[in-house]
This record gives sequence, C-alpha cells and structure tokens, in this order.
Amino acid sequence: MTDQISTDTIIRARGLKRTFKTRGGMVEAVKGIDLTVERGRIVGFLGPNGAGKSTTLKMLVTLLTPTEGQATVVGCDLRNDPVGVRRRIGYVAQNGTTSPEAKVGLEIVSHAELYGIPRAEARRRGEELLGAFDLDGVWTRTCGSLSGGQRRRLDIVMGLIHRPELVFLDEPSTGLDPQSRANLWSHIRGVRDRLGTTVFLTTHYMDEADSLSDNLLVIDHGKIVAEGTSADLKSRVRGDAMTLTLRSPDQMPGAVAVAQAVAGAGNVQSEGNVLRFQAPNGAMVLPGLIRDLGAAGIEPIGAEVARPTLEDVFLTLTGRSLRD
Amino acid sequence: MTVLRDTWIVFKRAMLLSLQNPAWVIIGLIQPILYIVLFGPLLTQMANVPGFPPGNAWNVFVPGILVQLGIFGGAFVGFGIISEWRSGVIDRMMVTPAARSALIAGRVLRDVVVLLVQSVVLIAVAIGFGLDVPVSALLLALVLVTLLGAAFSALSYAAGLALKSEDALAPLLNTLALPIVLLSGILLPMSMAPMWLQHVSDVVPFKHMVDALRAIFQGQIWVASVGIGFGLAFVFAILCLWLGTQVFRSQTR
Repeated sequence: MTDQISTDTIIRARGLKRTFKTRGGMVEAVKGIDLTVERGRIVGFLGPNGAGKSTTLKMLVTLLTPTEGQATVVGCDLRNDPVGVRRRIGYVAQNGTTSPEAKVGLEIVSHAELYGIPRAEARRRGEELLGAFDLDGVWTRTCGSLSGGQRRRLDIVMGLIHRPELVFLDEPSTGLDPQSRANLWSHIRGVRDRLGTTVFLTTHYMDEADSLSDNLLVIDHGKIVAEGTSADLKSRVRGDAMTLTLRSPDQMPGAVAVAQAVAGAGNVQSEGNVLRFQAPNGAMVLPGLIRDLGAAGIEPIGAEVARPTLEDVFLTLTGRSLRD
Repeated sequence: MTVLRDTWIVFKRAMLLSLQNPAWVIIGLIQPILYIVLFGPLLTQMANVPGFPPGNAWNVFVPGILVQLGIFGGAFVGFGIISEWRSGVIDRMMVTPAARSALIAGRVLRDVVVLLVQSVVLIAVAIGFGLDVPVSALLLALVLVTLLGAAFSALSYAAGLALKSEDALAPLLNTLALPIVLLSGILLPMSMAPMWLQHVSDVVPFKHMVDALRAIFQGQIWVASVGIGFGLAFVFAILCLWLGTQVFRSQTR
C-alpha cells in the first residue's frame, strides 16, 4: 500500500460525498469530506442542523452508501467490507435503539446475539454495563418506563455490548434536561477513560462539543470548515469580546478613539452608551484601557471581557450563527 | 447458517414482544370468530340458492374465512415496523452484521406463528358449528394460511418501511382490502355472481386460492383448481419475501 495508514488512525475518510435525489433535483448533502480520527479520542462533529452531520455519520456506520469517495473504519473498507465495519463499531442513533414496549433485558440480549454473543455472556456483559451506567435493576423493566436520561444511557449500553473499538453517538444529549446532560457527559468520558473506546459524536450544541471533545470537526454546508482542539479553534477568533458601558452616549466619540488605539483591536461598534470591540488578551488590555479613558475624561460605569466561545468560532468561520 | 441463526434471533425477540402483550393476538382472533358466529348461520340458510356449491355450507364458508385471516392477519403488520423504525430499532439492527433478509424473515415468521394459532382456534370453533372435513384437508388449509400470511406480512413490512408513515399506509391498505374481499369470493362464492363479475374475479389470485381450499374441503385434492390455487400462493409468497428483503436492503443505499 502506498497510502500508509497509521495504526493509531481509526477512521480515515477521503472525498466522501452523498447526493440525494429529490423532486427539485439532485441535492448535495455532503460535498466531499476528508477526515482522520485518532484512536482513544472523543471527537466532536459539530455543525448546525442540516449541515450534513447525520448524513456523514450514516455513511461511516454503513447506513448510507457514499455517492463518491472512500473510507476505512477500524481497518475495514467501507465499500468492500461493510460487514467488517459493522462488527467493529457501535452506533447510537439520535432517535434511540430500543422499543418502548420491550423489556431492557430482551433488547440487550437479542442485540448481543446478533453479534454472535451467547445469551449467558450477553446477560453478564449487559448487567455489568448497566451497572457502569448507573442503571442497576432495570433488567426486567420496559424501555419505555425509563426516564429520558436513563433511556439514553441504555442506548449507549446497547451500542457497547459487543465491545466495539469505536462508538458513534448521534446527538447524544438532545432533549435531556441540564442535569441529565452533565451526567451523560461524564458517562461518555468514562467510555473513553475506562473502556478505551474511541467516541465519535455529533452535536449542534457548542457547550457539549466544548466540554466533551478532545478534537473538533466543524461542518457547514456539507464541507468540513475547521478542525482542531477547542482551544485551537478559539484562538482563531481575533480576540476576546470587550464590552464597555459609558455614563452617557455623549462620551462615545472619545471612547471609540481610545478603543481604536488599543493594539490589535478590531470590530469596534457602538450602540447608545455601549461600546463593543474585540482585542487579544482582553483581561490584560482592560486596566490600561480604563486608565486611558480616564485620561480622556471618560468614566466607564461597566466593563466586561468574554473569552470566545465555540459559538464565536462558528460565526467567524462560517459568517453565520449556529442557531440559524 | 448465519441467516437462519439471525432469523431465529429476530423471531425470538418479536415473539417474546407479542407474548408480552397478547392483546393484538386476541383482537385478531375475535374478528374471524365473529364471522363464524354471526355470519356463518346466515350462510347456512342460503345453501339452496342457485350457484351455491353443493354440500355442507360450513365447508364452503370456512375456507373463505381462513384465506381472509391469512391476508388480513399479515396485511396490518406494517404499522408495527413503522413504529420500530421510529424508535430507532431498525437502524440499530441494520448496523449489526445480521443478514438483511433475516431482519424481515424473523418478523414474518413471528406473524406466521401467530396466524397459525389463530387459524387452529378458528377451525376448532367452526368444527363446533358444523364444519366437517378430514384432518389432511385442515393441514393443507394451514399450509395455505402460512403462505398467504407470510406473503402479506412481508408485503406490509415492505410498504411500511418504504412509506414510513402510518398516514400513507392506512389508506393504501384500505384501498386494497375492499376489492380483495369482494372479488375473491371470501364471503360468498363467486359461482353465484353474474358472468362479468366472475370474469373480473378470475384475475384476482386470491379467488383461486379460496377456490382451491373449497375444493379440498369438499374432498377433492387432485383437481386443477387446487394446483392453481396453491401454485399461485407459493409464487406470491416467494415474490413478496423477495420484495421485502429488497426494501430492507435498499434502506442502506
């Protein structure tokens, strides 16, 4: 092989494309994606709704055949050996994995059996995983009787029952209350830390991507627009967001002049008595800024420095908000 | 054989789910029994009308009800696959190494087993009312119910999974159900119909299946109509199972 793949690479995709036929013609949902995922990481795949996240994910888990391109997932070729891929990955779909009427034990054991795991072993592994996910004692309950957070953890247990090296989680925390989300995140970290499983998750929540992922891939309009750690991506935003509130709008022209004089300042905007701009290392800039304003006879009544969020990153990279 | 193993696993899960909530099995059973109890006695009064086949009226009536059970016992299972798809179960199974054909075959097998239990109960009730046929005829009837049930269950899963909407599946089934019931001579033998209606019904394969079972229930096994009816049922079942598997496969295309 001329194209050497490192043993630490668990997903390697080149030029993945997917077009759908619709009544209005051909729609390119994914327009050629290259991505590389290293073993043992939690990788967040971030993008707004409709960006092509789920389509990419479905191609990687063999639920959709790519229109073009190729990928190797856990050492198996996506096109030539989809069954090999299926044996080695876990997949937790956005809309769940279990029938609400079915007993938890039935779903776990029947799912494990489809991977060739004997019943007794399936039960042993299932009880063990349920315990690890704080789901003791649910074996004979119906899946529909679990709370939203419990059901989501059960989905992950289902995805891990055959001990895959790589698990895909599609929008894991959608629809959960804040407490359940935080709890789910610690369990997802546990999947990597305790089981050594690589986690590839899609999300359209910035806080989720920020708090969980070692590495981020940002997708927009069917293309990857950025890649790196959350800190890397944040450093691409020009600086921190500075907000100053003045005593009166009359002081604004003077304040704008002072702000523009700050080294590296950009995006200076004023509105009424509120002045906003971006500057690198905002916390260090602030004392000098207030001193200079004082020298010009301007006394701010409020000052705020905000670190860039992934929201800001997305806005900088794509020119639109993640909520659009 | 991994296909057989996977089919068995999918069957077991589906069967346990049905046993856990037998309400639908019982509801499915009540309807044909109502036909026997509330409609059968009417028919016995008609046995002397011109065109009505000779012999015991129950032997004419029960084959129709059995074919109806086979068709409609299978036809509505597609609603179940839509809700399974919606809760993510279908995608979850598609991402396992399981054979695609097993994912549908296991479910069809469950439906066939449920249908056979219903058929046995129905036959027992009918014998109480006056059905009088040899055991061999009853076994052939169960074979026909199996073929029809498997065909319609596979077809219904295919339609459900292709449409993914109860609102689209319901009108489709209703549109098909009425002409099938009326033209296959399930309730009244088509031999009583005027000529033009008989010709129309000749193109409906289920009419020939009802005819085949009626012949058997009247003690004729080695006649052409039996071969035609069973042959059609067999071909139809193979076709529907093939189609169902294709629809399951096409889900990941």
